[in-house]
Amino acid sequence: MSNVKYLILRRISQVTLLVLYFGANAYGWKMLAGTMSSSSVLEKIPLSDPFAVLQMLAAGAVLTFDMILGAMIIVLFYAIIGGRSFCSWVCPVNMVTDAANWLRRKLYMDKIERKVWMSRNIRYYMIILALIVSFVSGLAAFEIISPITILNRGVVFGFGAGAGLLAAIFLFDLFVLKNGWCGHICPLGGVHSIIGKYSLIRVKHNSDNCTLCMKCKEVCPEVQVLDMIGKRSEFVVKQECTNCGRCVDVCNDDALSFNIRNYLKQ
Amino acid sequence: MKDTTKKPQISERRKFFTNIAHNAGLGVMGGLLWAGYADKAKGSTLTLRPPGALKEEDFLSACIKCGLCAEACVNRPSNISKRTGKPRPGTLKMAKAKDDVTIGTPFFIAADVPCYMCEDIPCVPVCPTGALNIASLTNKDNELDFRLMDMGIAVVDPNSCIAFWGIQCDACYRACPLMDEAIKLEYDRNERTGKHAFLKPVIVMDVCTGCGLCEKACVTEKPAIFIQPREIALGKPGDHYVKGWDSKDEQRAVNQEVKDVTTKTERSEQNAADYLNEGVDFE
Repeated sequence: MSNVKYLILRRISQVTLLVLYFGANAYGWKMLAGTMSSSSVLEKIPLSDPFAVLQMLAAGAVLTFDMILGAMIIVLFYAIIGGRSFCSWVCPVNMVTDAANWLRRKLYMDKIERKVWMSRNIRYYMIILALIVSFVSGLAAFEIISPITILNRGVVFGFGAGAGLLAAIFLFDLFVLKNGWCGHICPLGGVHSIIGKYSLIRVKHNSDNCTLCMKCKEVCPEVQVLDMIGKRSEFVVKQECTNCGRCVDVCNDDALSFNIRNYLKQ
Repeated sequence: MKDTTKKPQISERRKFFTNIAHNAGLGVMGGLLWAGYADKAKGSTLTLRPPGALKEEDFLSACIKCGLCAEACVNRPSNISKRTGKPRPGTLKMAKAKDDVTIGTPFFIAADVPCYMCEDIPCVPVCPTGALNIASLTNKDNELDFRLMDMGIAVVDPNSCIAFWGIQCDACYRACPLMDEAIKLEYDRNERTGKHAFLKPVIVMDVCTGCGLCEKACVTEKPAIFIQPREIALGKPGDHYVKGWDSKDEQRAVNQEVKDVTTKTERSEQNAADYLNEGVDFE
């Protein structure tokens, strides 16, 4: 069971959050109310999606104190501690795209598929585009198409036709491009990549133990961050690493582990 | 040196510019599609918003689509059904993709579940963005006042309202939370029978909050009284017309910017006697 430890912990984390959000609407729980675009913890602490807040600013909204505080809390947490862990430990769409990925492996899609290439930097251009469209339309642009909040709201308030978008993303990741949504397009992932660039919790590689089995590269949703495997003993410092821990799970040689980045030693 | 590939050589400079053109082109394409969708996504202007909502345009840019208002609405203490002990459906819904309302924003359909105008207005203080503006519902004593709500306005269709036919019905009048204030009954003699009265419901514009309890209560197959956003249902007389007998309304004339208005048309250039004898040319 040790090779799914972090996978299970992540699912527990993702599902627990959805259950809390669901209970806030269905039973009036106060622990975590709202949705991931903006929540309130115990009716006191505001949490806001910093990207949504940025788009609102671009769309011409006047920001309230709660908005700014809520976004600051999120930014500080991920900037100092979590890195890009929002994507793999919190975001519910991760479960959809992970399912597509799992099915991909079962169907040997990588072996038979014609290769489609897309830049993994599209997400950063998407951020800029989202802000421009927000400015032009006066509407937070990504928030009207975000599958993250569509899924989140679907769980809390019931699904509508927006579920089709989730199905589309599932099919896209399954049949068109491996990790297409989370690893290439999603601008929120881009925002969290930037926020978490200097965070402390990181995967560390010990190349002395590595047997070059390459299992880690098979499961990694952002393979380019594992460029040091078998070559150099160092932290995985590229910002796109989501701290999902799949590489740590599948490594049988104790060559990968979570660690706290030590800025003093580097 | 011989060229080993058959492709024409591309200089680094050409490559650089082509790359820029490629990315910019894709960006513009995506942006146009996205902006086009955003325009469509603004949805119907007939949408009824929660109490205290900013003007539709400002509301759309300010609402972060968190759903806290809808959760506060359905979980308000007064919403427990006495029969089952469970919460009844909330007034506020979060728009889904096919609702013709910007996705994820709160709205209500008065004919399904109207707004019950809770005294503590639970949906508004929870709004983190100010899209539901608490100041607009705060009275002089610094208290939340449901009488300040302004979600829309009730409109009566006199052709299908059976009270206008002379049949006695005061369902909307009695359902109104501001009974005899927002809807008044106008008595009128029924000339057809000669001995009965009409009791016609009439909306008082300044008092009606647009809660929709009247629409919900209306007995006709399709409600003859219904809620519309004020911008849709109401006209605007403009500053030229003032109720001279109403000191409040006269204030509008005092406040208006004085502009020297002279209207010039083809005819006004001429003498009245001249153009009146000209006849009318409709072409």
